[in-house]
Amino acid sequence: MIIRIFLLASILLMVIVLLKARPSGGRLAMTRLIGFAVALGAAASVIAPSLVTEAANLVGVREGPNLILYVLVVVFVFTTITQNVRIRELDRRLANLARAQALLDFDRSVDAHESTVDSVHPRG
Amino acid sequence: MYNEGPVVGEVVSELLGTFPHVVCVDDGSKDGSAAAARAAGAKVLSHPINLGQGAALQTGFDYMLARTDATHVVTFDADGQYLVSDAAAMVTKAFATSVDIVLGSRNLGQTEGQPFTRRVLMAAALRFSRTVTGIELTDTHNGLRVLTRSAAAQMNLRQFGMAHASEIESRVAAASLTWCEHPVTMRYSDYSRSKGQSNLNALNILFDLATDRLGATA
Repeated sequence: MIIRIFLLASILLMVIVLLKARPSGGRLAMTRLIGFAVALGAAASVIAPSLVTEAANLVGVREGPNLILYVLVVVFVFTTITQNVRIRELDRRLANLARAQALLDFDRSVDAHESTVDSVHPRG
Repeated sequence: MYNEGPVVGEVVSELLGTFPHVVCVDDGSKDGSAAAARAAGAKVLSHPINLGQGAALQTGFDYMLARTDATHVVTFDADGQYLVSDAAAMVTKAFATSVDIVLGSRNLGQTEGQPFTRRVLMAAALRFSRTVTGIELTDTHNGLRVLTRSAAAQMNLRQFGMAHASEIESRVAAASLTWCEHPVTMRYSDYSRSKGQSNLNALNILFDLATDRLGATA
């Protein structure tokens, strides 16, 4: 069945692409393009519901709504993975920021401590 | 440390009896742990927010590498599970054998009051980590370690949660660091049991490791 090959291949492709690429302009653009395509398809299905069934029959799915469900599943997986990768990257940046802040704070407290020691016991 | 206020002061003063410098990384505690550690004489680095134990360890390594010229660093949990005498013996061993990293092993030593389910879980975790890293350890996820400066520079931990312990083992394998183990005694007190990780956390660790692997190799 064409639909099975299509669905499995697209899921696999997305996982590979998403995990491979660093977040960049190119991937962002691709995400947006896919988003537009999905939106266009949704609009078309609203305007002419019979188109969905025809499209479904074309790829070997009996009912139009089934095709929509399959596509939604793929989109959902895609979105989840994208967000996961993004959150992990954000976490990493956040940790680096917190770490820098901790070291800075420490340096500052050491400086402050040294200057009070100097003023209490003036040298020379 | 994260919210270890009741015990951290005592742990720090015990350590200062043997070691000249104690650095505490406060992982966004809300219970005055930082003040307690400072009062006991530790140098305290404070994360503004809670990040996880792996992140805290890395902060400690960063501090050691950037602000000190120490040759060795000991990682020691703030909840008093470990004995200072074990840490001291491991440092002696590190100097004597000049390995890159000395790992504490509860299975070579004694474990006091470890719950049965935890023992079963640790055995499974051990088998897993031996298979994955190819390093024949007798214990895994033991927080007591002695690292040389160059070993600490190799760590660069990306796992902020508990999976960092496996990450350290894989760094040891990847960078072909020399290592040895040292028997340590663990004190599973009522305090550490109530604070400790849920056994279910093992699933989280597995998941973190699996997804990180995907992200890294793809």
